[in-house]
Amino acid sequence: MANKGKPEIDRERCKGCGLCIRACPMKVLSLDETANSWGYYPSKVVAGEKCIACGNCYTVCPDVAITIYKL
Amino acid sequence: MEVLYGHPKSLKPIQSKYCPGCGHGIIHRLICEVIDEMGLQERSIITNPVGCAIWADLYFDFDSVQPPHGRTPAAATGVKRMLPDHLVICYQGDGDLAAIGTAEIIHAANRGEKFTTIFVNNAIYGMTGGQMAPTTLVGQKATTAPYGRDPGEAGMGYPIQVCELLSSLGGTKYLARGAVDNAANVRKTKQYIRKAFEAQMRGEGFTMVEILSQCPTNWHMNPGQSVDWVESDMIPFYKLGEIKDTLEASR
Amino acid sequence: MAEEKRLMKGNEAIGEAALRAGVRAYFGYPITPQSELTAYMAQGMIDRKRTFIQAESETSAINMVYGAAAAGARAMTSSSSPGISLKQEGISYACGADMPLVIVNMQRSGPGLGGISPSQGDYFQSTRGGGHGDYYHIVLAPKSVQEAADLTYLAFDLADKWRMPVMVLGDGLIGQMMEAVSFPPEREVASLPKKDWAVGHQADTHREIHHISSLNLDPAGFEKDILKRYARYEEIKKAEVRYEEVNIDKAELVFVAYGTSSRVALGAVEMAKEAGIELGLFRPISLWPFPEKRIAELAARGKRFLTVEMSMGQMVEDVRLAVNGKSDVQFYGRTGGVVPSEEEILAEARRILGR
Repeated sequence: MANKGKPEIDRERCKGCGLCIRACPMKVLSLDETANSWGYYPSKVVAGEKCIACGNCYTVCPDVAITIYKL
Repeated sequence: MEVLYGHPKSLKPIQSKYCPGCGHGIIHRLICEVIDEMGLQERSIITNPVGCAIWADLYFDFDSVQPPHGRTPAAATGVKRMLPDHLVICYQGDGDLAAIGTAEIIHAANRGEKFTTIFVNNAIYGMTGGQMAPTTLVGQKATTAPYGRDPGEAGMGYPIQVCELLSSLGGTKYLARGAVDNAANVRKTKQYIRKAFEAQMRGEGFTMVEILSQCPTNWHMNPGQSVDWVESDMIPFYKLGEIKDTLEASR
Repeated sequence: MAEEKRLMKGNEAIGEAALRAGVRAYFGYPITPQSELTAYMAQGMIDRKRTFIQAESETSAINMVYGAAAAGARAMTSSSSPGISLKQEGISYACGADMPLVIVNMQRSGPGLGGISPSQGDYFQSTRGGGHGDYYHIVLAPKSVQEAADLTYLAFDLADKWRMPVMVLGDGLIGQMMEAVSFPPEREVASLPKKDWAVGHQADTHREIHHISSLNLDPAGFEKDILKRYARYEEIKKAEVRYEEVNIDKAELVFVAYGTSSRVALGAVEMAKEAGIELGLFRPISLWPFPEKRIAELAARGKRFLTVEMSMGQMVEDVRLAVNGKSDVQFYGRTGGVVPSEEEILAEARRILGR
């Protein structure tokens, strides 16, 4: 599938709940191994080129930590 | 670059106190998305409850009134009657709405009050650390039901299906139940919220969207397990969908 | 200019005064002996196309008032003693959030379900902050149907001026009796003071958002806020003390009484005069702020006091505090809904004076 979107994660808003990782059909996201200033391990874009801008990650995120830009 | 999915304007861009994975965050965002789409930020007022959503006034970037526990529909009644052209959101949890506030919600619904109730049902008391709620499922454990909710010998009663309970009242026009456990359900719930808010602004009422919400902390689960539990245990009992829809626009 | 007088029941006169004061929302629940007030408001508010709701309980009613007040409207509720107990949490929240509103209590006997006859057993509840936490609110005590109307009309102004609940504390007798009363003209809702702190109409001015709340989890900050509120209370104590004095200068003994008790005491003062005994009456009209300074002055001049209440003795504690040991304070009370007679009060005064 074409790379339609560029997801961006606000590391300091993310609480590492992992729901976005479960929701992503393309395995774009994973948990970062470096904690943020709150002690959470935030979500991280690991395969951004696979993003199809479905919006699932944004939709399930309780912290509005994700922005998806149009490519 | 164009933003496809971004931060709603009427939600403050600050980290919330809600636990990781908590449904409140999603629900707050949906409300703000709809308010932004309808252009109602400066005409919105929320009455927020005692419970985890006591914090809601920190996050919604519009006016708020915070009443005593359970009295949220009564305060919302006062606000909406005085400001009928404003969007009034009565935001409640299961203790506020279905325990201490049972009289207030039933009678506000019965009078057909024109505010929209957002009822966050997580089958537990969150803020106070996990006690049994009126919506706690049979067998579900809580600090005040250490062996699980037992309607038999222990006399703990049965979980209350609020939408169904209110549907018999003549004043209720739109009662829907959604969930925020997966993306599809979140999108559906947003549609219900939009429909309810539009009905309110057309002058129709009583409208309510009950939303099944995960509470990882007090269910003693991680966020992933908690959304699974909504699907496996809550949804079979608390049926999703538009439980009652007698809105003019729906006829 | 006041209109000509008409004969009205106390409860209804209170209702008429509230309507004329520009009340926009009334929420109430029936309870004897004030149900006529609720019914009068139903008629009057519906006729004026304002908001009337018979709420599901007195508790719901006070919370509806809280919401309407938060939206900037003049709002009111009324009840009698057991129903006022139900409102205490709401009153505490209103005081904690500085919400102006008016509450009318037509007292009946207690405790518990009690009786429907008049009493003054809610003085503590009204003046000590009957709900939880540190707060006070203005309490006004009428003695007649006219004064009940006047003080209700005033209550809305004081509530708005000081941003607090104001209670009109009557009793079942005042609520039920019929006397001549006249009213000021009806206020235009548009002429009422604007409330720039209220919720709603943000779109008009694009102001910052308003949160009406009494939550404060930071002890140091909370203490500062409470001290600010108490500084306002000190201003109220300077500006809003109200009382009436009858025959104080000549009096050998001064009755201290409010409401219905004061009318009985006044009768005893007149009976005493005929017997050659000079008695006086000090009648607090504001129970909070209590006229402590004036009582202290009278005590310093050597006046002796006989507090008369329809209770086991509640206001008498405030009298004793004000007198502060400088003079003698006695108490005579009837309870259970019994209204004392002029004869028995006079007899008690004579017993104290040894005449």
